[in-house]
Amino acid sequence: MESLFHHVTPHVGFIYPNESELPWTQLIVIYPYITGLVAGAFVVSSLHHVFNIKSFAPISRFALLTALCFMFFAPSPLLFHLGQPTRAFNAVITPHWTSAMAAFGYVAGFYVCLLLLETWFAFRADIVAMSKVRAGIMGKVYGWLTLGSDDVSQRALAIDHKIARILAMIGIPAACGLHGYVGFVFGSLKTREWWSSDLMPVIFLLSAVGSGVGLLIVLYVIVSKFRKTPMPNDTMRGLLYVLFTAITVVMVIEGLELLEIFYKGREGVETVRALIVGPIWAGMTIQWAMSLFVLAVTSALLFYNVHGERLVNWLFMAGLAMMIGVLAMRWNVVIGGQELSKTMKGLLTYYPEMFGRESLFTVLIISICPYVTLWLVAKLLPPWEEKIEPENRVFDVHKLA
Amino acid sequence: MTTQDRKFDQQAVALSRRRFLGLLGKGMVCAGTLVSANSAIGSAEVRGGKRAYQQNDAQYTESLNNPPEIPDYNWNDHQWAMGVDTDRCIGCLRCMEACKMENSVQMDAFHHRTWVERYVYLEGSNTAIVDSQADPKNIENTGSETKFRFDNRYRNVKVDKAFFVPKLCNQCEHPSCVQVCPTGATFKVKDGPVLIDTTYCIGCQYCVQACPYGARSFNEVRGVAEKCNWCYHRITKGLNPACVEVCPTGTRIFGDRNDPESPISLFIKNNHVQVLKPEMGNAPNVFYKGTDKEVV
Repeated sequence: MESLFHHVTPHVGFIYPNESELPWTQLIVIYPYITGLVAGAFVVSSLHHVFNIKSFAPISRFALLTALCFMFFAPSPLLFHLGQPTRAFNAVITPHWTSAMAAFGYVAGFYVCLLLLETWFAFRADIVAMSKVRAGIMGKVYGWLTLGSDDVSQRALAIDHKIARILAMIGIPAACGLHGYVGFVFGSLKTREWWSSDLMPVIFLLSAVGSGVGLLIVLYVIVSKFRKTPMPNDTMRGLLYVLFTAITVVMVIEGLELLEIFYKGREGVETVRALIVGPIWAGMTIQWAMSLFVLAVTSALLFYNVHGERLVNWLFMAGLAMMIGVLAMRWNVVIGGQELSKTMKGLLTYYPEMFGRESLFTVLIISICPYVTLWLVAKLLPPWEEKIEPENRVFDVHKLA
Repeated sequence: MTTQDRKFDQQAVALSRRRFLGLLGKGMVCAGTLVSANSAIGSAEVRGGKRAYQQNDAQYTESLNNPPEIPDYNWNDHQWAMGVDTDRCIGCLRCMEACKMENSVQMDAFHHRTWVERYVYLEGSNTAIVDSQADPKNIENTGSETKFRFDNRYRNVKVDKAFFVPKLCNQCEHPSCVQVCPTGATFKVKDGPVLIDTTYCIGCQYCVQACPYGARSFNEVRGVAEKCNWCYHRITKGLNPACVEVCPTGTRIFGDRNDPESPISLFIKNNHVQVLKPEMGNAPNVFYKGTDKEVV
């Protein structure tokens, strides 16, 4: 008899028979996660581009590339999830506007275009310089990337800068909109008690910023160690401020959300309690332990005014913890919401598949892709401010610019 | 006896005779369906696997390419609705069986267009214990997901109150599934039912999430969402939905609300009816008589 249930999610209590198979799986867990990293990375890049906060200058272009590379892969989990992926464009060709999901193609498409444009303007001077110094096929590639615009006069560069800044300004509400919108996709469903909350878009947005900053800290520290370049104290302090702000607000809002559920105590609140101490117990523990860790570390770093190597090391750990905590939070929301039956009289426990179209393996591959792409793109368009050419060539694009 | 009285009397006789014949016919259809259901289920199991009931690809393509024509049907003339008299339901699950047969629903315990829930108050208890046919114990009892039976687990305990509640798509006036469908592949037609264009559905399953009643399921084989459509292919030809047709107790009542004398209009008129989860604001079109506070 066991064999009959091998593909079934075990449940307790009473669930609707059609609920046994979760509609949204781990792919939908990483979709808001990746989108969130984009939003966070973009906000950091904008701190320099728009608000002209100098301490973020060393990483602002790297943050922009990070946002771009992660955005390329944001829709991929959705495509893998669709029952009919070849029809994905139906939602774009004939969007049904009452659906929160109908705008996704437009929102994501708009955002990719915006990021591509901003990247091009932010890197145009470099591209022009590279097209002049590189020989062979790469020289040609850079030539194409200039799109025929090789004017690097002061006036042209000023225009570049101005346009990139305007794009970044548009990008901030767009990034917030993109992620608030993802929160709305979940929060607007009245059916699921665990999702149906006005705070959901806010929670998604703020945790997105937190995880994006965490990602940037982790990547910046690793890349700097490999490149053996110093990490300016101001930059690390700046990242610390953003991370501290993000984690504080995220924890307060998430705490308020839980408090509201239990204080209102609507029908089925016992099942919500059973969900937290049951199927998503591990996820909740990871989420809150990591959040507390980040809060404690960032508070201590601020309190003791830590600088230098210690700041880098602790901030690295906090950034990593933030990423893990937010990933756990995404799991708790997406999977947890479906583990709580619509009957409010039963709970399911979800066991992810290891291999297959919608499996942890797919998740792993999709999660690795943005990093590999970023590595390649950073080779093509070095985002760092130092000399980008080998010593023997003695050529500095920034001097040229 | 006046002429008028005699006329009335004759009419009544005629009516009752007609009704009797109708019922007889209905019974024969039921019996026939049951026999064929059993044999078909048997052959499906022999052919192997619980997906056996799924139409094969050729049949599926054929049904999509050549949808049946419905002459002389005007959807502006009808407003279909369903009633469920839970006091009558005996939990025989013939409706589930008929639905699976009629609509080629996957033959496993996790894809249903209709199902029946059993609510049992044990002696002294204020809450009901609920299960459906898909409950592992019920399936273990029959040894098959394709035999639709409730087990007899309460035979040795004292029960205060017990009843069955048939469930199906509520074909809501404000359907959440239609609201959230990103492509418009699912839509509400003028005569009431909510339908799915399976050639346009992208399989995102947002509708499965959005349905408050758990009425939608996902067909992994076809990669599209599925749900009850009140046997739209039958009702547009003047037939009843399969579940209504086979119900031996008259639990399920179906008809046109535009016709004040239709069974459903009379059912709604003559009974105190409720809908499920009214707080959702979906305004269901399946009306229940005799439900309970515990019914979800």
